[in-house]
Amino acid sequence: MTSFLPPSERIWWKVPVGKQELVWIGIALVWCLFMFFMMPYWHLYGKQNLSNEAYQTTPAKFQARVDAMVEQFKVGEEAGMPVVRPPAGSDVYMLGRLWQWYPILELQKDQSYRLHLSSMDWQHGFSLQPVNINLQIVPGYEMVLTVTPDQAGEFAVVCNEFCGIGHHTMLGKISVMEN
Amino acid sequence: MARFRVCPDAGFYFDKSAESLMKVNAVAGVVSLLVAGIMAVGVILTRWQEVHLLPADLFYQALTLHGINALIFWIIFFEIAILYFASSTLLRCRLAAPRWAWFGFLLMVIGAVMNNVAVFQGKSSVMMTSYAPMQAEPHFYLGLILFAVGALIGCFVFLGTLVLAKDDKTYEGSVPLVTFGALTACIIAVFTIASGAIILIPTYLWSIGYINHIDAEMYRLVWWGMGHSSQQINVAAHVSIWYLLAGILFGARPMSEKVSRGAFLLYILFLQLASAHHILVDPGISSEWKVFNTSYAMYLAVLASMIHGLTVPGSMEVAQRAKGLTKGLFEWLRKAPWSNPVFSGFFFSLIIFGFIGGITGVVMGTEQINLIIHNTIYVPAHFHATVAVGTTLAFMALTYLLIPVLFRRELFLPQIAKLQPYVFSAGMTLMILFMLGAGTLGVSRRHWDMDFTGAALSFEYPGTAYVMMAIAGIGGVLAIVGGAMYVIVTVGSLVLGKKLDASAGLLQSFGLSLSPGNYNVEIAEPLLMAPKLTVEEHGSAGFEAPGTFVLAMALLVCFVVYYFINWDYLASVWPLS
Repeated sequence: MTSFLPPSERIWWKVPVGKQELVWIGIALVWCLFMFFMMPYWHLYGKQNLSNEAYQTTPAKFQARVDAMVEQFKVGEEAGMPVVRPPAGSDVYMLGRLWQWYPILELQKDQSYRLHLSSMDWQHGFSLQPVNINLQIVPGYEMVLTVTPDQAGEFAVVCNEFCGIGHHTMLGKISVMEN
Repeated sequence: MARFRVCPDAGFYFDKSAESLMKVNAVAGVVSLLVAGIMAVGVILTRWQEVHLLPADLFYQALTLHGINALIFWIIFFEIAILYFASSTLLRCRLAAPRWAWFGFLLMVIGAVMNNVAVFQGKSSVMMTSYAPMQAEPHFYLGLILFAVGALIGCFVFLGTLVLAKDDKTYEGSVPLVTFGALTACIIAVFTIASGAIILIPTYLWSIGYINHIDAEMYRLVWWGMGHSSQQINVAAHVSIWYLLAGILFGARPMSEKVSRGAFLLYILFLQLASAHHILVDPGISSEWKVFNTSYAMYLAVLASMIHGLTVPGSMEVAQRAKGLTKGLFEWLRKAPWSNPVFSGFFFSLIIFGFIGGITGVVMGTEQINLIIHNTIYVPAHFHATVAVGTTLAFMALTYLLIPVLFRRELFLPQIAKLQPYVFSAGMTLMILFMLGAGTLGVSRRHWDMDFTGAALSFEYPGTAYVMMAIAGIGGVLAIVGGAMYVIVTVGSLVLGKKLDASAGLLQSFGLSLSPGNYNVEIAEPLLMAPKLTVEEHGSAGFEAPGTFVLAMALLVCFVVYYFINWDYLASVWPLS
């Protein structure tokens, strides 16, 4: 009964460790190191990594850039929101605000885009469904990542960070066209 | 003036003031759990889309109350009781500065009530995380700050008691392993509360208008220094409780003091880094930082948990084998006291924490894999396995032990108590597994409506997601029934349970001391070192606990397979760089 009594050996740290524990610690340590190196490995050879490129911004600045893109590449409207078809390879913008993702983007399959994301007010969660890519969108910060949609179809952007009473109505859309 | 009572059954020494403080802290914890449990009904029955019980505003309010009461108030009140137990009772030492301890308790109660009032008033439904720039009422933050200050005082009373015990030479050699684990929890708690102060005090000043801007990303970074670390207090605390219960139930000795304490030391050094788990898909934070921190510097805290995962059941197996339960690999486990809720609660806590909570935690804390999991309902599924089963069920098991020992009452409705860990674990496991599944399909956490009613655009989750959320709903209801059974047994015992001491009345259940005649020991007998054991091998091939080793390897296999399944899933989503 030593778990709640002082150890039976005064110099307990010199008591040799049993074989079973040593073997387990060895196995566990190897697995831990493997898992650790898996992350840098994926940065080098995997295809799903965040660039971690980000800038401090303000809602007004970011809004202005979104508006410029909308004005230049707007191709229609849906549900009262502009649909924007920016050229392949370009910088595309989407902003989150209470309670919409703005604007609707039309992208081309297998083309890469530099996607800029920011929030105009509170924190939001960019959750691309049903692909299931999830990003945290924070006001004052502009996140930039290069995305290459490899499926065609219509995708929803669900907000998955609680943002008040209308949170569940905050849906956006990205359409991906076949070439 | 005599100050100690010796428990006639367990032989524990209870210092009069420590005893009262343990009682009131444990009771306050159970009251918080009750509030959390009532709110859980609203939460789970709303997430079960076919039932969809509450309107949006009440749902978010209930979710905020559920989170804060379960994750903060229940657990920390109970942990303060554990700190006093692990110092004063286990070391047979008077409690240091009992008046400060009462003051701390008072602050915690005021803080918890103030925070709950703020949320009940309806203008502070900001979730447990209260992410700036979403703002709650000032007394929401002030309540949390007061609670944290009170808990900090409790930590220092614990540390002071360790110093007193050393000075008064109340024990020989080193402190027991359980106390060492409690010290780990205390050190992590001090770090946690410091982080909380750094972020909550400015946020409070912002809510009353003295500061005009809180950077949202800084808030996340520092807040998680508290939010995640507070859950690490739980890990250290419930692992200590596992060792305690294995010791009390089986007379188990740690397989190696050095290994178990070394593992706790790894917790102190590395566990807090995991606050990074919450900001893996945030802007403005580099991958180097994320990889180092999310992995607790090369998974050294995971290593520690894997060590405890072997040594806790291993110590139990060795003790059982010494009693002659040596047949095959698992006789020691088959013939364990499965109808004793102290044992079943402890063992389910251990298994579900390890197999579900541990594995999912590491997987979703992998930098890139987090992309497919962040803020989905997978996340609450994970922490229900760690906190709602791992920590809470361990504390429930301990409660069944403490009711006779500390409160001097027999268990009320022992048949209900016997079933409780089974019902609670079954419900939780069902809920957790199906929430993990729904999360993998992209269902959001903290979301009122999977149908997106009223949205300008539309999106439909696959039918499977709805089925999974419904099954999770059934599991959740079952878990709530299990939680209610715990509250009924606990409160019932304190109020109606048969008295084991004539003076154990109603007021004594809620903090008063027993009749003075009970406290007849002036100076406790010093706590001697555990008796030496002659070395005997009960296992095979030099493995003292072969059954446990098989269980550990099973854990590793599940871990490895599940880890690669998730990489495979990640590889299927759109390329990002």
